[in-house]
Formats: sequence, C-alpha cells, structure tokens
Amino acid sequence: MTGFLDAIIQGILLGGLYALFATGLSLMFGVMRLVNLAHGDLIVLAAFAILAVAEKLGADPFVAVLLAAPVLFAIGFGLQHALLNRTLGRDLLPPLLVTFGLSIIIQNGLLQAFSADSRRLRSGAIETASIPLGGDIAVGVVPLLTLLSAIAVIVVLNLIFYRTAIGRAFRATSDDLEVAELMGIDVNRTFAIAMGIAFVVIAIAALYLGLRANFDPTIGPVRLLYAFEAVIIGGLGSFWGTLAGGVILGLAQTIGARIDPEWQILSGHLAFLVVLAIRPRGLFPRAVD
Amino acid sequence: MEAGTTTPKRSYRIETADRVSRTAAVLAALLLLVLVLLPGFAGRNLIQDLIFLFYMMALAQCWNLLAGYAGLISVGQQAFVGLGGYVLFALTLIGGVNPLLAVPGAGIVAAALALPTALIVFRLRGAYFAIGTWVVAEVYRLVFAQVKPLGGGTGTSLTPTVTSSVPGIEWIKTLFDVRTPAARDIASYWLALALLVATLVFVYLVLRSRRGLALGAIRDRESAAASLGVDIDRIKLAAYVATAAMTGMLGALIYLQKARISPDAAFSVLDWTAYVIFITVIGGIGTIEGPVIGAIIFYLMQRYLADFGAWYLILLGTLGILVMLFAPRGLWGLVAGRYGLTLFPTRRRLVVDEDDGNRP
Repeated sequence: MTGFLDAIIQGILLGGLYALFATGLSLMFGVMRLVNLAHGDLIVLAAFAILAVAEKLGADPFVAVLLAAPVLFAIGFGLQHALLNRTLGRDLLPPLLVTFGLSIIIQNGLLQAFSADSRRLRSGAIETASIPLGGDIAVGVVPLLTLLSAIAVIVVLNLIFYRTAIGRAFRATSDDLEVAELMGIDVNRTFAIAMGIAFVVIAIAALYLGLRANFDPTIGPVRLLYAFEAVIIGGLGSFWGTLAGGVILGLAQTIGARIDPEWQILSGHLAFLVVLAIRPRGLFPRAVD
Repeated sequence: MEAGTTTPKRSYRIETADRVSRTAAVLAALLLLVLVLLPGFAGRNLIQDLIFLFYMMALAQCWNLLAGYAGLISVGQQAFVGLGGYVLFALTLIGGVNPLLAVPGAGIVAAALALPTALIVFRLRGAYFAIGTWVVAEVYRLVFAQVKPLGGGTGTSLTPTVTSSVPGIEWIKTLFDVRTPAARDIASYWLALALLVATLVFVYLVLRSRRGLALGAIRDRESAAASLGVDIDRIKLAAYVATAAMTGMLGALIYLQKARISPDAAFSVLDWTAYVIFITVIGGIGTIEGPVIGAIIFYLMQRYLADFGAWYLILLGTLGILVMLFAPRGLWGLVAGRYGLTLFPTRRRLVVDEDDGNRP
C-alpha cells in the first residue's frame, strides 16, 4: 500500500515536469495556432544553454537559468518573427514541415557542439535533498520545486493573459486574427512576444529536465510527445487543464513502472490513447479547435 | 441569326494525356526494360544503391498519397514500416512461411491494424493528427521491444535458410553466374522494382479514378469537396488503410533485404518518415512526379554527402525549410509550372475544338 501511495505522490510530482513541457506548447497553440514539432528539441537546446552558461561562469543552474532566459526570449522572438510567422496560414504543412526541419537541425547541431554524451545540471546538495513524509515515503526537493514552478508559471501566464495589454492582444489574435489586425494589433510582433514568453517557459522546463535526469541531444522528440499528450489529455485552451493532463500522464507512467519498469513509457502513451478514445476533446476542454 | 450564315460550332472534350506525357510513357517503358535487365551488366554496389532508391521512392509515393492528396499529414508511417518488417520476421522465423508470401502477409496485417489505429488517431485533426500518429508509432515500437521471441529490445536476424529460400535464387545464380549473396541482392532488386512499379501504377490509377478526383478535391479545399458531396471521412480512411498496406509490404521487403531487425531501427522516425517527408516536399508534394524526383535528389545527396554525418542532416533540414518557404510546390512544381509539363497525366483538361460549322 505504501508502494502504491508512493507511486501516486511521485507520479503527481513527475506530472509537474510534464506540465512544464506542455505549457510552452499549449501557449504556442493557444496564441498562434502553431503546433511545434521542435518543442522537445528546444527544451533540450535550452538545457544545453543553461549547462553552457553554468560551466562557463561556474554558476549554479538556478542562477544560469536567469542569465539564459533573456537570451532565449530573444531567440524565440527572432525565430517567430523571421521564420515561423511566414509559415502560418490556412495550409497545415508549412508550420509542421518547418518545425520538423528545425527539430533535425537542432538535434544535429547539438550533436556537433556537445557530442552525444549524456549530461546533467549540477546544483550540489539540493539535487539529492528530500523531505520525509512519514512511513517509507519521502518527497525529493527538486521534484517538489518542479511542481511548484509549474503552478507558478501557470499563475503568471494567467496574469499575463487576463491582466495585461499584451495578454489582451494574445486573446484577441487567438479569437479572431483579422479583427485583431483591424483593431490595430501588430500580429507579427504579438506572436513574436508570445514565442519569447514560450521560450522562457521552455528554459524553466529545461532547468528541471537537466536537474532531474541525464539528457543528450537525441531525447527531444520523446519530450515533445509527453508535452503533446499532456495538452491533449487536459483539453485545449486552459493552462490548468494542461497541468492536470501532465499529472495524469505522470501518474500513468509511475503506476505503470510500479507494475513493470519496462512499461513506464508505454503505459503513459496508452493512457493518452484511452483518453483520446473516450473523450477526444480531453478531460477539461475550453477551446474549440 | 441571319439565314445563310452558320454559327461556328464548338465541341468540347476532356483530355488527360498530352504529347509530353505520351512521350514520357514510352520513355518510362524503355527505362523499365533497362532496369529489369540491369543486373546482367551492373555491379553489386549499384544494385544495392538502386534497391535503396526504389523503396525510398515507393515510401514517398505512399506518404504523398496520404499527405499530398488526402490531407493526412502523418509523422508515424514508421509504424507500418516496422510492423511490416516484424511480421515478415515472425512469419518466416516462427511460422516457417516463404518470404515471398510473407511480404503480402505483412501488407494484410498492416491494413488490419491500420483500421483500429485510424479509429483513434482520426479523432485528432490536422497538426494534432501528425503527432498522434507519432505516438502510435512509439506504442508499436515499445510493444515490439517486449516480444521476446523476436529478440525484444535488441532485435534479431533472419537465418540464412530463410534469406536464401526466396524462390528463384538458384535460377538467378545460374543465370548470372553469381554467388548466393549477390543472387539475393538481385532477387531483392527485382522485388523492390516490382513493388515500386506496383505502387506507381496503383497511385496513378487511384488518382485517375473517381476516388482520385475526390482526393484531388480534398487536396485543393476540403470544405468545398465536402459541400460537393465527397464523403471525406470514408476517402481518408481508405487512403490511410491502403497506404498502410503498401508501407507494410515495403517494410517487409526492406527488412528481408537487411536480414536484421531491431525496434529502434524498424520504427525510426528519421529513416522512415523524416527522409520520406523531405523527399516528397523537396520534389513537390501533391504530384506523382515530385516524390520520384525528390527520391533521386535524396539518393544523390545520401551517396555523396552522408559521410558528413550531422552536417548532412542539418543541410537536409535547411533545404526542406527553404523549399517549403520559397517553393512550396517543390522542384517539380517549379519546372512544371514554368513549362506546363506533366509526366503522369492525372489532371483533366477541357479541350475546345473550334469548328467552321459547315455542317447543317
């Protein structure tokens, strides 16, 4: 029984990481209707960026992420402005193909720059610190921080979306692009800012990815699948739904792993397919795609 | 109308073929003859290269039918390549079936599994469908990694008894005076050529048929096609299942030639989907000619640039992005648009015959 309870607690905490992966994807889809096949590779790219800053300056990853975040915001802004905005339109293929091409370019670029070795972000004692909860159950500090960060990111994003001028522009372009343009919104700039913010979320996701486990240039696509599954399980249009989707995916994986360690990833995918078969619009849908 | 004069009469007819496409058909027949006879005078390296070219071209035709016409952009076709390969291994190694029979068997199994797969992934639309198919391919990979009789996660090899039991190997050995491995390559070469021609003929005939007209309409504008009475869901399902069957057969053939299979290689998104997508897009999506040209370009790049490893893939990704941004109809689209060429005539054109009207 303790084992099962432990699996549930660890699953919820793992869900925090998946929610962080998924929030960036959810933001891109919510504002510019962009489904980004390079999302997982961008998370890995950000993890390497944090690693590079941390190693160069001898800084802690938590400090390095603060330095890397503005740079990543700028990269995201530029990427959307110069490249991705050109692909948006009625046709589905250009954004898919361009982000798929980006995914391959990023993977192989990282392979050239950092080799295929597994890396990890090092942050001293906090990595292994844990809080005992009684019984045989303990909660790792980093997993707990991951979930709290996911919640904080969602709170901040909701504040941006519903309390600021740029958030109003996000919602307006999302609701009706043409009317938003008629009202004087610079769509290109709005989308670029949204992508910049998504890149900051990616940086936070990358921090916890790198602290919790090893990473190498090839692990991006599977992170994309987890992010996507969390978004679809939760239902489109709500960040809180995405958090719930991440938690459900995390639970499915840890409970699956408890039954047989080889089934961890498979049971996550199967949970996604079951939700899709039973409730194709996700568990907490708000938007109509 | 005054009496005594006659109105000029016009008659209309629908034409598909033109002079270029008729010439192309004759040249294609000649090329096919040369390719069939090629093992008589070509070296083993060229034969192996051509096997690779043929199956990439056939895979690209399948993906093109799916994405270019039916509007189903799948990033998960590796599911059916790997499935086909594994079914061939299971049938030959465990079932003792002849490899030549196992290839269509793989097609049937792929089609049978495509139906329930479609039931789930068709709930996702557009770009979501793309990632959904990828998840399904991952599920297939993880499931086959659990099948211990087929080597689990590390994979397994075909025994020499299986690989040399392809009918006609002995005949090829005496005909060309070669040893068993070379004879196996020649048999695979002919099989690949036959499957490529079958794929091309199938895609061409589908597009010439009534269903093809519906597919072309879906490609051009889905909502308009639906309003004209095209049963979108049925046509899409048919296209999905048919391409799954063909992709499964190609997968069986690919792994018969490779003689070694593992889940990571058989369900590789890079090898069986990314390359295929780039071939189709660089050549020209939504045409039969595009994947043919794209596959030849890809083959040449692979042959001369693959040694550069990661840089080669970066170049391929960049080329794909550039083509999508600046020439979305691909290289064939550029050529065909400028010169009005068509090699596989699938478009129906209205021809107006002016008549002086001397008839009463």
